[in-house]
This record gives sequence, C-alpha cells and structure tokens, in this order.
Amino acid sequence: MSFSDTVRQSYQTDIEGIRTAGLFKEERYIHSPQSSGIEVEFPVGSPPRKCINICANNYLGLSSHPEVIAAAHAGLDSRGYGMSSVRFICGTQDIHRELENRLTQFLGTEDTLLFPSCMDANAGFFEACLNEKDVMIADRLVHASIVDGMRLCKAMQDTFKHSDMGHLEEKLQEHQDKRFRMVITDGVFSMDGDTAKLDAIVALAEKYNAMVFVDDSHATGFIGKTGRGTHEHCGVFGKVDVITTTLGKALGGASGGCVSGRRELVEMCRQRARPYLFSNAVAPVIVAGALKVLDLISTTTERRDKLEWNAKYWRGLLQEAGFDLKEGDTPIVPVMLYDAKLAQEFARDLFEEGVYAVGFFFPVVPKGQARIRTQLSAAHEQHHLDTAIEAFKKAGKKHGILGLGRKELMARCVA
Amino acid sequence: MDEISKVVRDYIIREYVPEGDDREITETTPLISSGLVDSFSMVSLLRFLEKKYSIHIPDADATPEAFDTVERIVALVRRFHKTEVGSV
Repeated sequence: MSFSDTVRQSYQTDIEGIRTAGLFKEERYIHSPQSSGIEVEFPVGSPPRKCINICANNYLGLSSHPEVIAAAHAGLDSRGYGMSSVRFICGTQDIHRELENRLTQFLGTEDTLLFPSCMDANAGFFEACLNEKDVMIADRLVHASIVDGMRLCKAMQDTFKHSDMGHLEEKLQEHQDKRFRMVITDGVFSMDGDTAKLDAIVALAEKYNAMVFVDDSHATGFIGKTGRGTHEHCGVFGKVDVITTTLGKALGGASGGCVSGRRELVEMCRQRARPYLFSNAVAPVIVAGALKVLDLISTTTERRDKLEWNAKYWRGLLQEAGFDLKEGDTPIVPVMLYDAKLAQEFARDLFEEGVYAVGFFFPVVPKGQARIRTQLSAAHEQHHLDTAIEAFKKAGKKHGILGLGRKELMARCVA
Repeated sequence: MDEISKVVRDYIIREYVPEGDDREITETTPLISSGLVDSFSMVSLLRFLEKKYSIHIPDADATPEAFDTVERIVALVRRFHKTEVGSV
C-alpha cells in the first residue's frame, strides 16, 4: 500500500482527534545542558527562556557533571565513538565488562548484562527466561515497558491490585500448579512515586516458591541508605532475583540499561534476549561516563542525602500551599490535577513564571488522573524550590484549586 | 440481578476494586472506560469467565467494549455458552 491521500487523511483525522481530546503532546526545545536550570524555547521560534527544571530524572544532578563529562571525553578518545556491532559479534569492549562487574557489585547481585536501555532489558527478559509452563504475576501499575515485555512472553500473565499483598498471596496460591512463578514490580512507581513493599513481596515469594523481578529505574543510585535501590531500602539486599534498571536517570542520564541478578537468568538473557542479540552495543562514551558515575556515588552518600532532604522540603511546601499530592516519600512528587486540559494549562502557567514542568495525561497515566509530575534533583538548591513554589501557588490560585481535595478536583474534570 | 450477573459482579469487586474503596458496581457501571479494569488486568477476568463457564472467548470478541459493563460481559458469556453447549 502506498501512502495515498486517503491513508494520509485517515491519520490526520486521528491526530486531530488527539488534539481535540486535549491529549496532544508537544516537545519543547532545550538550548542548554540538563540541570536544575535550563534554557527552553517555547513556543517554537521564541528566544530561549531560563527556567527551573523540576521534571527531570536527573535525581543525583550528574547529567552534566564535569567529571562525568571528562570521563566520557576520555572514553571517546580511548575507545572511539561507536561499536557498529551487537555485543556478541564484535561489540563488547573491556569497559563493557568492567561496567557490568561494577553494577553487579553496586546492586549486590551475581551478574549483570547491559542493554541499549532498560526498556530493552524489560522487553527481552521475560521471553528469554520464562515459557508457557510459567506464570508472570505483575503489580497493575508496573511500567509500560514491563507490560510490553510480558506480552512478548508465552508464560501466563496475571496481575495483582497495586501494592496489595493479600491479593498477591491469593495469586501465588492460585498458581502453584505452574513450573515457575515470577512476581513483577517496579521498585519505585514512576507515575505515583510510591515504593513497592519489597520486603513483603520477597517474604511471599519465599513462602510460595516464586522469583522476584524489580524494575528499579526510579530508585537505583538514591533509594536506600547508600543508594543501592529499593531492595536496600526494604532490607532485602541480595534477595531479589532480577533487577532491571537504567543508566538514563540517576546514573548519568544518557542511555543504557541492564538486567542484573541470578547468574543463570542473566546468562539466559545473554543467549536469548532479542534486544541484546539484535541491537547495537552501548556506545563506549556512555560506558565511560557511567563508570565515573559509579565512582562518584560509591564513595559518598552526599548526593542522595541532599536529594532526600530536597524531596521532603518540596513535599512540605506543596502540602502547605494546599495542593493534592499522592502519598509517598520519594523524589517523585505528583501534583494531582485530574483533568488533562488543566494539566496542560497549568504547565504553561508555570513556564510563564520560569518553572519547567510538564502535564502528564492519558495514555501516560489513566484517563482522569492527569497531573504535574514534579521530580527533585540533588542539583536543586533550596532557593530553586522556594522560587518554584511561588510559581505553583500563583498558578494554583489562578485555577482556583488550592485547598481542594481529590473529590472536588475530580468533580471539575472535563478531560 | 440474575445468577451470572451476580457471579461476574462479585468477581469484579474482589479482583479489581481496591481495599477501602466503597464504589458501587452495578450491571451498567463502566469498567474499562472508567479505568477500573484495563487491557493489562482484563486477562484474569477473561480467564475466570472461560474457566467458570467452560467457554472459549476468541480474541476478536474479547474487546474493551465487550467487557465494559457487567451487562455486556454476561451477554458475551451467554452467547458463547449457548454456542458451545448447544442449549438455549
């Protein structure tokens, strides 16, 4: 079929439908490195404006750290620009192996395998390790990449109510006839910012003979006393069978991800995971940068401590101002607005006040659950947050939402 | 409410309504379009119906629209139950 006028018109109608529903997403062009302060061109063609960035996954403030940049430069000079190969052909350098070993040590596992992204790690893992005799039992709010990965696998799929350990136990009891059971969860849930009850999950998994899989992308580097992740935070370090995580958030923010866990599961990925077998190796420059990040965070907890303080402080400011927040204690602090159009208007109002945050709405979050997802960074200083809250309060007053609870806000919901 | 509707409704409450949530589920309460059930979690409902009523619902018929209310789910069950058992 060629891309005829009829085909084009059909897609244009779909795109217009997205716009009409108030669900159209627009990119904004950033003219500076990623940091607590950035320069943003919006709308297109306007002069870039300086903003406080409060929506990046730059949790430890290392995305533009001079030592990380210097290490990346050194990696370019010593190991080149790209591998032009998948890993198993001629795409594995000594520094890939070094990074995998360092991640193994950092996460407290038996082995680690790099992937082009955590999205790829999640896409490839289940199909490589489970079959039609097995069952995957996932928390209903797991990341979209896990849902996609599960759909590629022939194992039975089941889900449990979000963080409901009673419901998980029922599912584990129901599936005792399967060969293997795997409980699947995020460590920190990306949209709501709450933490999995990983201690309870591990206990249930031990009781009912199941493996545990955790995507810790929003936790690695800063959750837990030394930033190892949700397993450290919940006192189950060494007891999680598989951890997937990303180098694209706290660990430098470039790209790359990994599967880390039981030696045999990692080896199955090395032998069978399609994104590993068929996608280019992580570029040497990124590996070199990630190694430096691990150096920086392995010797001191200064950055994750500062992030923890920032998160507590920011949450307090928002609560005092009268915003409706999801409960939690992580650096992800969603400001609930429920209505998609309101979320977009609110984000535009914040931008006018020099604060950069983006409205989240369907399909990124369920319909009627739109929000501004704020995320703290160790690069934020107190004055950034004091300035940002004034912008939030001004926008909140403009839209008449301060002091309103969930039911009242939802009652005003149009989209 | 007939027996099948009651069984389906009770399952949906047990399987999908969060602890402490006191919302009412009637025969016409939107399930998928309200976000209570999504395509990811719908699979356990489908499996329950197939096992409980010894039927097979083809993928083409197991759509979000067909599963959006208790009423529609019961209609689907009756349709495939009748077809497979051969009785009215």
